[in-house]
Amino acid sequence: MAFVQQSSPHAHRARPTSRVMLWVLIAALPGLFAQTLFFGWGNLINVVFCITVAIVSEAALLRLRKKPVAFFIRDNTAAVTGLLLGLSLPQFTPWWVSAVAVISAIVVAKQLYGGLGSNPFNPAMVGYALVLVSFPVAMTTNWAEPAMLWEGAPGFGETLATIASGQQTAIDGWTMATPLDEYKHKIARHTATEVLAHPTFGDGIAKGWEWVNAAFLAGGLLLIGLRIITWHIPAGFLGGLALMSLAFGSNADLYAPLSLHLLAGGTMLGAFFIATDPVSAATSHQGKLIYGAGIGILIYLIRTWGNYPDAVAFSVLLMNFAVPFIDHYTPPRTYGHHKARRGVPGSQG
Amino acid sequence: MSQLWDFSGGIHPLEHKDISTSRPIRRCGIPERLILPLQQHIGDPAEAIVEVGERVLKGQKIADVKTGMGVPVHAPTSGIIESLTEHPVPHPSGMADWCITLKPDGEDQWCPRNPVDDFHALDRDQVLEMIRDAGISGMGGAGFPTNIKLRPPRDRKVNTLILNGAECEPYITADDMTMREKADEVVAGLKVMAWILRPERCVIGVEDNKPQAIAALRKATEGTQTEIAVIPTKYPSGGEKQLIQILTGMEVPSGGIPADIGVMCQNIGTAVAVAQAVYQDIPLISRTVTITGEAVREPGNFEVLIGTPIEYLLEQAGVQQDKLSRLVLGGPMMGYTLSTEAVPVIKTTNCVIAATASELPAPPPEQPCIRCGECAEVCPMELLPQQLFWYSKSTEFEKAEHLNLFDCIECGACSYVCPSSIPLVQYYRFAKDEIRVQRAEQLKSDRARERFEARQARLEREKEEKELRRKERAKAAAEAQAKKQAEAEQATAEGGAVDERSAKSAIVEQALARKKAKAEANQSSPASQPAAEKPDTEALEKQLSQARSKLETMQSMLDDAKAQQADNVEKLERAVAKNHDRVKRAEEALAEARNTPGTRPTEPQSTH
Repeated sequence: MAFVQQSSPHAHRARPTSRVMLWVLIAALPGLFAQTLFFGWGNLINVVFCITVAIVSEAALLRLRKKPVAFFIRDNTAAVTGLLLGLSLPQFTPWWVSAVAVISAIVVAKQLYGGLGSNPFNPAMVGYALVLVSFPVAMTTNWAEPAMLWEGAPGFGETLATIASGQQTAIDGWTMATPLDEYKHKIARHTATEVLAHPTFGDGIAKGWEWVNAAFLAGGLLLIGLRIITWHIPAGFLGGLALMSLAFGSNADLYAPLSLHLLAGGTMLGAFFIATDPVSAATSHQGKLIYGAGIGILIYLIRTWGNYPDAVAFSVLLMNFAVPFIDHYTPPRTYGHHKARRGVPGSQG
Repeated sequence: MSQLWDFSGGIHPLEHKDISTSRPIRRCGIPERLILPLQQHIGDPAEAIVEVGERVLKGQKIADVKTGMGVPVHAPTSGIIESLTEHPVPHPSGMADWCITLKPDGEDQWCPRNPVDDFHALDRDQVLEMIRDAGISGMGGAGFPTNIKLRPPRDRKVNTLILNGAECEPYITADDMTMREKADEVVAGLKVMAWILRPERCVIGVEDNKPQAIAALRKATEGTQTEIAVIPTKYPSGGEKQLIQILTGMEVPSGGIPADIGVMCQNIGTAVAVAQAVYQDIPLISRTVTITGEAVREPGNFEVLIGTPIEYLLEQAGVQQDKLSRLVLGGPMMGYTLSTEAVPVIKTTNCVIAATASELPAPPPEQPCIRCGECAEVCPMELLPQQLFWYSKSTEFEKAEHLNLFDCIECGACSYVCPSSIPLVQYYRFAKDEIRVQRAEQLKSDRARERFEARQARLEREKEEKELRRKERAKAAAEAQAKKQAEAEQATAEGGAVDERSAKSAIVEQALARKKAKAEANQSSPASQPAAEKPDTEALEKQLSQARSKLETMQSMLDDAKAQQADNVEKLERAVAKNHDRVKRAEEALAEARNTPGTRPTEPQSTH
């Protein structure tokens, strides 16, 4: 009789890519919940919209490329890209800006590079950076006022209408600058105490933002616990940012304090959900630490001395460029060898 | 409790061991026919020393390795040699090989045995010879002739002798049951090996999921200095390199052998075989095999005669043919699938898994690698499996090799955890094979180039010699011409009339002179060669002896490496082949030099 012929190993532990991605989606829920709680319905609507656009554009491209559509859609990676953009974009981003971000992420940054596993850059961050430099007004004036739910905030319908209207003329009464931006621009003329009196900062570190960051941190720790990501990239990321902040920004009257760097803006989302995209990150443990630290350092540089307020996207993309270089010099030492073999023959490092 | 170390990576697959441990080891019985492959281990195949139709007795030697590395094959029971034909053998490729077929007569009649009273009274070499004569080769994995492995390289002292009872692969319980039921024999075998090697430390490493085996061994080693090291259950802790790391904290150098760090590993089954051979003069004619999987009704361990067809074995365990989907020889992590159940049990067969389709389901289709790094997390050799996969797939073998592809032990942990269900190990095997083929071709082309260059040099030399001879001739001719002219001038000066006849005789004379000159030139030409082109025989002899001694050194290094199953065997084999060529060339050159006249170490004559 004919037996099944198969190469070893014959046993497998099935935690397929689709389930890994599903866990990423689940781990992001606390952060999404916190965003909805403190900044209104905007991000939730964004997330749903972005995921839908991501899946549709991924399916269209797979069809064009004559790849098995259902097989690849089921891996949930497009949904994760959509989710990350939905979480990162300002709450009142006009729908077409979000659509451009998602489509450029999926079509250009992912599928045109060869699809899953072949993209050198983080797709979500490519989409984000693209709309940030293309539509700076839409991207910087649509941040919701924190904790607005308690102060006559726009309801679900109103938020949806604002996003769907596609008008860039933001409703000034609802929006304001993000705390890091606020701090950076005001600290030149004011003292830290004066700056922190602004309602954006609330009573704690950065009203609402601190809770959102804490929620993403919790989700990130869940991912580490499930061994879906390793601790190396977040540790390098936060370590690099903290070190830079302590080294250059110890005087709160000159630069934003460490607490603000860690708990405002997209820090935790970036550290645990964005920088850890395995496809575009470094591979070895040592490489991951360097890669993460590079992102953390760049974030500090861009936040402190750069012109754009959103540092995570640019830092991640810049370090994506450096990944082949990092990988080249950070292979681990193999069992039975005295030292690691740095570099690879026949390629320029 | 001795100190234990951890190795990096590793996985915890479902064990499935209880399936086959509920029953004691059963005797399998004698099948209708026994198929005995002539090659059951690494090394050279044995040659049959019996005739077809001959009756043999149980334990009688029926095939032996006359030249090269190997151990004999014995008749597992008495019967008639039925044929010597090609038959499917256990091999991943499903290939057929030469096998002796024995038709048992049912009498199970032993050949005379001569157990020695006390092996301590013997020479070490005599005991090693007994082990070889009993046909013992490693019963855990590759199956290396045990007597050779027990002879450590001259300059290496074995300080630690390890008995590998980890048995980390899921499903397999052959060693576990052996330790439970034959702990005394295991320890007796260990004692024989320890007597041969005189190590400072003897340790049996057993995973903590075998409490009964551990208890049995503890009892058997009471009062001795043998340690029982209970190690955490983790795959692949039974890998030789991993076990050494767990028990000693040392790493076997890449391309080296355990003896390089003073360690030797032996298998549990091998120890039992050694004990039986040395104490009872029983050759290796049977072994413990686990028959397991959901497609058999009565899984368990069997004492199986070597040569028993898997088919017969499955019947004994109550196989349900309609449920059987995949037949795995070995464990689910490193074993290979069989295409026919006609293959026989050989000395290295430890487990047969008769799996149903739901038990070992086909993996889902391969997805793209997303470099998640899970493979690197579990790799016990600390490699970067995803990079190796990338380079193997894109046939950038040089880069794969640079990232230590050849350190991969093919344990399968990376494939096991891959969320994209990529058959990673398969890619590594492919890359390794390709690199081996390329190396063989490189060696071939190197030799061809050397031959070509030697030929070019010879042609060049011949051309120069020819040119030299031509110059000699020209010189002689010129001299003759000058002489003739001088004579003619003289004749003219004498005013004598030159008639036709005298002219003719002059021409004849000239011709004779030319001929003489030519003969002279010919005679002098061999001796007139520059000394460097024809080295004297003494130098050649010296060269030859040097080449020979180098070859010997390489050969002995190779033997040592082979004996320890080192990873650098291939490299050494190439070196030996190269030196072989060198010796051959040196011999040829010497013979040529001796046959050529006038090449005795004399003073070279000046050409001018």
